[in-house]
Amino acid sequence: MLKILKYSFFDLMRSRWSYVYLLFYFLLGIVLLFLNNDLSKAVITLMNVIIVLAPLIGTIFGVMYYYNSREFTELLLAQPLKRSSIFLGQYLGVALSLSMSLILGLGVPFLMYGLLQSSAIWNFSLLLITGTFLTFIFTALSFNIALSNENKIRGFGYAMLLWLFLAVIYDGFFLMALILFEDYPLDKLSLVGTMLNPIDLSRTLILLKLDISALMGYTGAIFKKFFGTDYGLILSIFMLILWTILPVMRMVFKAKKKDF
Amino acid sequence: MKHITLLVIMSINALTSAQVVEVCKNCDFKSIKTAIIQAKPFDTILIKKDTYKEHDIEINKPLTIVGQDYPIIDGELKGEILTVVSDSVTVDGLYIINVGTSYTEDHAAVRIKRSTHFTIKNLILEKLFFGIYLEKSNFGKIFNNKIIGEAIQEYNSGNGIQLWYSNNIDIVNNVIEHVRDGIYLEFSNHCLIKNNVSTENLRYGLHFMFSNDNIYQGNTFKNNGAGVAVMFSKNIKMLHNTFMTNWGTASYGMLLKEINDAEIIGNTFHENTIGINIEGSNRIVYKNNDFSHNGWAIKVRGACYTNQFLENNFLYNAFDIAYNSKVNDNVFDHNYWSGYTGYDLDRDGIGDVPYRPVKLFSYLVNRTPETIILLRSLFMDLIDFSEKVSPVFTPDNLLDFHPSTTQIQW
Repeated sequence: MLKILKYSFFDLMRSRWSYVYLLFYFLLGIVLLFLNNDLSKAVITLMNVIIVLAPLIGTIFGVMYYYNSREFTELLLAQPLKRSSIFLGQYLGVALSLSMSLILGLGVPFLMYGLLQSSAIWNFSLLLITGTFLTFIFTALSFNIALSNENKIRGFGYAMLLWLFLAVIYDGFFLMALILFEDYPLDKLSLVGTMLNPIDLSRTLILLKLDISALMGYTGAIFKKFFGTDYGLILSIFMLILWTILPVMRMVFKAKKKDF
Repeated sequence: MKHITLLVIMSINALTSAQVVEVCKNCDFKSIKTAIIQAKPFDTILIKKDTYKEHDIEINKPLTIVGQDYPIIDGELKGEILTVVSDSVTVDGLYIINVGTSYTEDHAAVRIKRSTHFTIKNLILEKLFFGIYLEKSNFGKIFNNKIIGEAIQEYNSGNGIQLWYSNNIDIVNNVIEHVRDGIYLEFSNHCLIKNNVSTENLRYGLHFMFSNDNIYQGNTFKNNGAGVAVMFSKNIKMLHNTFMTNWGTASYGMLLKEINDAEIIGNTFHENTIGINIEGSNRIVYKNNDFSHNGWAIKVRGACYTNQFLENNFLYNAFDIAYNSKVNDNVFDHNYWSGYTGYDLDRDGIGDVPYRPVKLFSYLVNRTPETIILLRSLFMDLIDFSEKVSPVFTPDNLLDFHPSTTQIQW
């Protein structure tokens, strides 16, 4: 598995798109920090970008990589290798290289800016952790979709739809539910609703760590009480891990059964 | 007539015969209390630099009490320190510390009781319960004082400057921090509150109720627990004050409740959770104010009629206006909105497209507060945009027909 991981990883690292992705984060980090001079605001803007972009890139890269390396996968399948290690290796290769672009691209400008002395280091670390989680989650989801769909166009479409659903449409339903049931206490509903969507969960986790959480008033206080405690933090990290592990398990299971 | 001339002559006599009574370790008077007992009306008591462990000092005749190089009066936490019960008293240049805390009585560093024409100036008050407490006292001046408390909890801390049934008082150039309410007025009319700095207070920087015809000018209220709360008053003028960084889940720059016929002009609201929270306040003119980087610049809660918002700057607030009804009787005109995306073809400085200051999201949050959980989600940005194009939910007559395209200077 490690060998396949290494191969996939370096294959992607050599590709132009990884550099573009890295360069994008690098430039974004530099522009935000050195033109803005306000670390907390930079973290908010970065959050806006990351919670939309990390899942999107994870989805697109995952689907594209799977379809592009199909022939290579078939070659590997002919070898005496465990199927789970082939697909896990490829998955980890993609997810790790994307995460590395994210962490290096944002980390280097922040280190240059003097992050280590700043108090924003925890907010920033949380941002990177959630960004990495989102990359892992959405790459796994896209591998699942690609495995289930032989047709490239259809697979790509489903993957985009999934991203659109979790990033945008889900919030629409969430909002409708909140307004529909506004006569009832909504604390639990909003907590559960946030927990179920990795993008919402990441957004809430980061927002609550920032000053802007004061805007949320009473609702924010409830959320802070939940997410601010160790229990809440552990539970939300657990949810993110669950969101990563479940698709990965389905991927391995599906790959074992699949007739190539 | 004869009587009056006699009175005048007598008082001039008294003035000219006024003496200076000195208090110090080697003087005739070693304590302030004995000096006051011995002094005649209109004498000056000069307190030399030293530490005086005294409390419950009652000033019952018109005296001028002056400290030289800030003598320390230490109340040893035993109770009230200076109590003025006579007209025309001046207290100047004292360093008063350790006022006793009580749950049954409001001990103050300096209390003025039913007196007029007093002057309290250049005092430094520390480790206090209440700072300067005016009780049914009129026509006084309080200026250049520094009040620094150590309030930690609301229930066992007092206010910096408190006025109760006291009219025509000038409160100028005071610095107040770390008390419960910086300046507190109740049933006090015709006062001038000017150039004070009230910061880091536990509850409100300024708090008044039932206090009409007052002028608040050039004050700074910063980092207070809940900002500034003003309630149940008429004909207030608030000019060129600064409300800054009152940030927290239940904080306001300024909370207006039942304030009628007021003028709020030239103030700066910067980085408050809510710039101004308005409830049941009518006929108020908001003009030339700067609202920048607040969570909500203005939150209109209801029962607010014929208010005018003219020529203000709304700069980079998360929400400019929150409004909870579809009926609008307030006027927004000639303001500058940083979120304005219209154009100005004839280049007269006024945008050709009216501006809608209420976003759909802000409307939704007002209706169902829990929806704030979708703050900064992509979906909210999308529907905000669609609401801007064709309003459905927000009051359709809440418009600024003449949005300025450049920041307004004054």
